[in-house]
Amino acid sequence: MEKFNTHTGLVVPLDIANVDTDQIIPKQFLQKTERVGFGVHLFHDSRYLDHAGTQENPDFIINKAEYKDASILLAGENFGCGSSREHAPWALQEYGFKVIIASSFADIFYGNCINVGLLPIKLSEAEVEQLFKLSADAKLTLKVDLPNNVITCGELSFKFSLNEFQQYSLVNGVDSVGWTLNKLDTIKAFEAKMPAWQ
Amino acid sequence: MTISNPQTMYEKLWQTHLVEAADGETPLLYVDRHLIHEVTSPQAFANLRFHNRPVRHPERTIATMDHNISTRSIKIDAAGEGAANQLRALAINCKDFGIELFDMGHKNQGIAHVIGPELGLTLPGTIIVCGDSHTATHGAFGALAFGIGTSEVEHVFATQTLRQNKAKTMKIEVKGQVGAGISAKDIILAIIGKTGSAGATGYVVEYCGEAIEALSMEERMTVCNMSIEFGAKAGLIAPDQITFDYVEGKEYSPKGDVFEQAVVDWKNLKSDTDASFDAVITLEAKDIKAQVTWGTNPGQVISVDGAVPSPDDFSDPVEKDSCISALNYMGLTAGTKMTEIHVNKVFIGSCTNSRIEDLRAAAGVVQQYQGQQVVDTVEAIIVPGSYRVKEQAESEGLDKIFTDAGFQWRLPGCSMCLGMNDDVLDEGDRCASTSNRNFEGRQGRGSRTHLVSPEMAAAAAITGHFVDLNA
Repeated sequence: MEKFNTHTGLVVPLDIANVDTDQIIPKQFLQKTERVGFGVHLFHDSRYLDHAGTQENPDFIINKAEYKDASILLAGENFGCGSSREHAPWALQEYGFKVIIASSFADIFYGNCINVGLLPIKLSEAEVEQLFKLSADAKLTLKVDLPNNVITCGELSFKFSLNEFQQYSLVNGVDSVGWTLNKLDTIKAFEAKMPAWQ
Repeated sequence: MTISNPQTMYEKLWQTHLVEAADGETPLLYVDRHLIHEVTSPQAFANLRFHNRPVRHPERTIATMDHNISTRSIKIDAAGEGAANQLRALAINCKDFGIELFDMGHKNQGIAHVIGPELGLTLPGTIIVCGDSHTATHGAFGALAFGIGTSEVEHVFATQTLRQNKAKTMKIEVKGQVGAGISAKDIILAIIGKTGSAGATGYVVEYCGEAIEALSMEERMTVCNMSIEFGAKAGLIAPDQITFDYVEGKEYSPKGDVFEQAVVDWKNLKSDTDASFDAVITLEAKDIKAQVTWGTNPGQVISVDGAVPSPDDFSDPVEKDSCISALNYMGLTAGTKMTEIHVNKVFIGSCTNSRIEDLRAAAGVVQQYQGQQVVDTVEAIIVPGSYRVKEQAESEGLDKIFTDAGFQWRLPGCSMCLGMNDDVLDEGDRCASTSNRNFEGRQGRGSRTHLVSPEMAAAAAITGHFVDLNA
């Protein structure tokens, strides 16, 4: 996994609550055996007017010219609810998003983001509201500093926090499987004590 | 003498599976059973190959083909080339890594969350994971079961463990007994209606109370299945004699003395009397009526004797906005009686409601209509959850009841719940579905889903609209 240090990028505001993983990446695009090829289908049903995905929907905010280079998604509450498909963070990442900011995320989606190196940031409802207002007034660029857990925008700053190990893993690009495989002796010792039925 | 603190079932499951809680690291939990399928595993296998890592415990891993298989043919390419590629990849991966696979037409094939329990792969007191959010189903046995992403699938393959932060605990008590004709689906939809679709985010939920204890194992699975639909990490029900009787004698369940010892251990799983929960929600079973969703998330649900709500009914601005966009997407007008909503498609199936008791319940309703056919404006399909369910249903003549009434009797699979195969709704279709998600586009772009019980779905197929069967 790539290391995540700081990122400065343009915000696109998607002010909709409960955006589920079927909206992020519809099921017909999950039939791949590779990790690539999902970005073009991100938000497919909202982003394209036709089923084949040849005609962009000009009203969908992500399609607007001023947001084409956005790399920070400002989202509504309970973002990523629904299925466990990691294809959702893959699609967001491949499209070009590095950071997602929301007041709440669905649990599985949140974990999946961390595991692929896409930074999910929880802020308070009031802070998210403030960012939505700022982004409505003018194009908003934020600097996200993960090691110091702070988002800055001119004079403004917003603190955020991550679980200690998740933060360490993202900042250092930890191979989580390799990390755990170093503990194989501990796992084997645990297995030796398990009851027969287990 | 030391007095230990009272624990919830979740805390007991956590404690008995905690491999390590090292300083500065997310706790490491042991995984007893890993169910896999064709859609969320190929990239995990690819990474194993890249790093030249084996699957640590292939014998703890079971594979099935379920998500994008055809329900009309057992041919591997019957649902298109994309699906066939994933199915072939699963077969190759299972062979290369030594994992048992229930492939097309195998007697044990079916939806992961249907076959786990029916084969005795699902046991109380275990941790069960699968790259599918409806893994919570297995919580019906007192197993900590939850959905995981593909990176985690890879982690479980390589290590048989998973890193997990401890969740908060929520107790949901359903007091008293439900009225006649009220199904497990109605109970869980009523719970989600009360909490909202994100009401349990960050929590592991334990369902309890008389109404839950009275449920059969299959009904308990329906309840736990939809835990994710209000955000819960997992749903749990304390195992009891009903559970032990169900597990005993299944193909993969422990036998003889080992089973006896298991039951002794399983009896200790239930939450201690004085255990405290971070949140408690209580419902009166007698107040629960037959439920139908009207919106685009499972929390947007109402009793069948009610009417489509208006945005003005919601004070919360987010809920108000959600209502406006849901009514728009669903093509519904506030105030319309639920029984006046007409459907043109009916789907009975999915890991929520495709087990033998579900099919019996649906067939029972069909029989109540005494020879009436599926109305000619409706296309209705029945998709059993597994080959074993299909075989059992056919031995009871349920397939005949359905086909005589004009329903299509299909082969097992996930089917129209998510429409990854060719069982997809068309734009504008309105479907009474026994599945678990009514998200926009879930069953097909522009399609409209109403989540209901098997009984309600059967009645909607015959009459063309929702029916208050208990009126």
